[in-house]
Amino acid sequence: MFDCFRMVHEAKTESGPMAAGLANPAAAPALQNYQLLPKPTGDGELLEISMGPQHPSTHGVFRMDVVLDGERVVKLKPVFGYLHRNHEKIAEGTSYLSSIPYTDRLDYFCSMTNNWAYCLSVEKLAGLQVPERAEYLRVILAELTRLQNHASLCGFLTQDMGASGTPLMYAFREREKILDLFEAISGARMMCNFMRFGGLRCDAPIGWLEQVKKVVAEFPAFLDEFAALLNQNEILMSRTQNVGVLSKELAISAGITGPMLRASGVNYDLRKVDKYGIYDRFEFKVPLGDHGDVYDRYMMRVLEMRESIKILQQALPQIPDGPIVDPKAKLRGFRPKAGEAYGRIEAPKGELGFYLISDGSPNPYRYRVRPPSFVNLTILEDMCLGHTVGDIIIILGSVDIVLGEVDR
Amino acid sequence: MLGEQIIKGLAVTAKNFFGSYVSEERLPTLQYPEERQTLPEASRQFPFLVFDGDDPMKGLRCVACQICEKECPPKCIYIVKSKDKRVDYKGQMQLYPATFDIDLSVCMSCQICVEVCPFESIKMDTDFELSNSDRFGGLLVHKQQLAKSNEHYRKIHPNDAAISDAALAVEVAKAQAKAKADAETKAKVAAETKAKAAAQPAPAA
Repeated sequence: MFDCFRMVHEAKTESGPMAAGLANPAAAPALQNYQLLPKPTGDGELLEISMGPQHPSTHGVFRMDVVLDGERVVKLKPVFGYLHRNHEKIAEGTSYLSSIPYTDRLDYFCSMTNNWAYCLSVEKLAGLQVPERAEYLRVILAELTRLQNHASLCGFLTQDMGASGTPLMYAFREREKILDLFEAISGARMMCNFMRFGGLRCDAPIGWLEQVKKVVAEFPAFLDEFAALLNQNEILMSRTQNVGVLSKELAISAGITGPMLRASGVNYDLRKVDKYGIYDRFEFKVPLGDHGDVYDRYMMRVLEMRESIKILQQALPQIPDGPIVDPKAKLRGFRPKAGEAYGRIEAPKGELGFYLISDGSPNPYRYRVRPPSFVNLTILEDMCLGHTVGDIIIILGSVDIVLGEVDR
Repeated sequence: MLGEQIIKGLAVTAKNFFGSYVSEERLPTLQYPEERQTLPEASRQFPFLVFDGDDPMKGLRCVACQICEKECPPKCIYIVKSKDKRVDYKGQMQLYPATFDIDLSVCMSCQICVEVCPFESIKMDTDFELSNSDRFGGLLVHKQQLAKSNEHYRKIHPNDAAISDAALAVEVAKAQAKAKADAETKAKVAAETKAKAAAQPAPAA
C-alpha cells in the first residue's frame, strides 16, 4: 500500500539460544530450556497486588491491579484517572484560543504536535489556509518532537529494564538540544504554546534554521552510538523478544495506532494516509515490525527516528520565505460558524485527534480529545497475561504512555 | 559469541566516560548563582505591565479593557476599572486600571495575554527568581510591582520591542491625523454654521 520496509531482527543465529529462537520461529522451543520460572500450575493461591500509582516505573500516576499465580500474571486491570483535570470541560468553557496552552499539557513531551492537532481541527472548522512557510515550520517542529519523544522513550524503556540511567542520560542529552531549539523559537522548553489557527505565533528567529540543521546533522551520530550501546545487546534482546506480543488482528480491532500498531506489522501511518499538512512532499518510509513484541516496539522508535531525520533533511533546505499566519485568522473575537470538525495527526505516540462542534459562539459546544496513549493502554492486559511482574514493567514502558494525556 | 554486544556497549560507555574529561561540550554544568546561562530572546516567564515616561502609575499603557482577564486560560488576572479617565499616550481620554493583580502561583506563562492585548501594554518578563516565603500574599503581585518601563522591555526583548514601538508610533500618527482631521471638520462645520447663521437673517429681512 504505502512505501514501507519490513524490519528483520538482526539476530545472529549462532549467538545464543535467545536470539536464535526469534530469527526463526521454528526454533522457538529452544527457549523453553531457559525458563527460569515454573509455569503457573493453577492450583496455587492467587495473589492480588496493587502496582502504583506511586510506583516509580509506571510513568506517572498509573495503577494496575494485578492478580498473580506465583510470578505469572493471570489478570490485570489498569486503573487511571489520578491525573484527571477536566481538560475537555474547561475547554468548552473558554475561547478557542485559550485552549491551546492546555493542549500543551496533554502529552507534555510533545506539545508541538498537540498544538498542531488542535489547530488542524479548528482550521477545518473555520476554513483557514495555512501559509507555505508555516507548514514547513510545522513539519520541522513535529519531526523534532518525534525525535525527542522517541529518544527519551528508548531511554525510559531501557531504564525500566534495569539499564540504570546510562541510556536515559544519553537520550536526554540529545533531547535537551532539541528542547533548546524549542525554547529559542517559542520561549519555553516544553510548554511551547506555539501554533495558532492558520499558522504559527511568530516566525523563527534569525539563525534558528541553521541551529536546526546543526542538530539534525549531529543526530545520526547519537543513533549510531545508541545502536552500538544497546540495539544488539544480549540482555536487552532476551528481556524484550517474544515478550508482550500483540497480534496484528488484536491491534487493529483494539484501535491501536502509532509505532505500536506498526510494530505489529500493520502498514498504517497518518502521514501517508491523510497526507495532512505537506507530508506528501517528502520521501520517507514507514518501518514495520514482524513480531509485535517489545523489541519490535523499541526498534520501531529507533527506525522512525532515522526516517524523521530524512524528512527534516528534505524540509530544511526547501523552506520558503513568506507570511506565517493566515490573514483571515483572528485572535480576538474568533467565532467559527456552526459545524463540526475532526482533525487528526500522527503524533509520536499514535493518532491524536480533536473533535470539535461549534455552535457559532466564542467557545466550542463540544470538545473531545482522542488521545493515542489512552487507547493504546486499553490492550495492556492482553499483552501481559502469562508474563512475570518484571515483564509488565517493560510492556507498559513499550506502550509509551504519558499520564497527562491518558487522564486529561 | 554470547556477550559480545554487551562488551561493545560497555566500550561506548567507557568512551563517553573518558570523553567527559576531555571534550568541552561534554561539560555542560554551570555553577548557577555565579554563572548564568544566556536565555534566548523569546524566553518568557511571567507578565509585566509596560509604562512610558517617568511615573510608573501615570504612564501605564493599560486601559483596563479586561480582554486579557477574559482570555487568560487559568484566570489569574484580576482587573478593576477606574471611575475616572485620563489622557493616554495617544492623547485620548481612557480608563486606567484601579487594580491590576496577577497571581503568579496560578499563571502558567502561556503568553496569551500578550497576544490579545491591543494596546501593547502587557509583555512577558524574563525574571524567574521569584520565590517567596509568603505563599499567598507574596505571589499575588499588584500593579505597583508589575509596572516596568519600556526601556526594560527594549532591553530584554529588543526585536519584539522594536515591532511594538513601531506599531505604537503608527497608532499615535493615526490618532494625531484623526485629531487634526477632526479639528479641521469641526472648524469647517463651525465656519459653515457661522456662514449659515450669517446668511439666514438675510431672507427674513
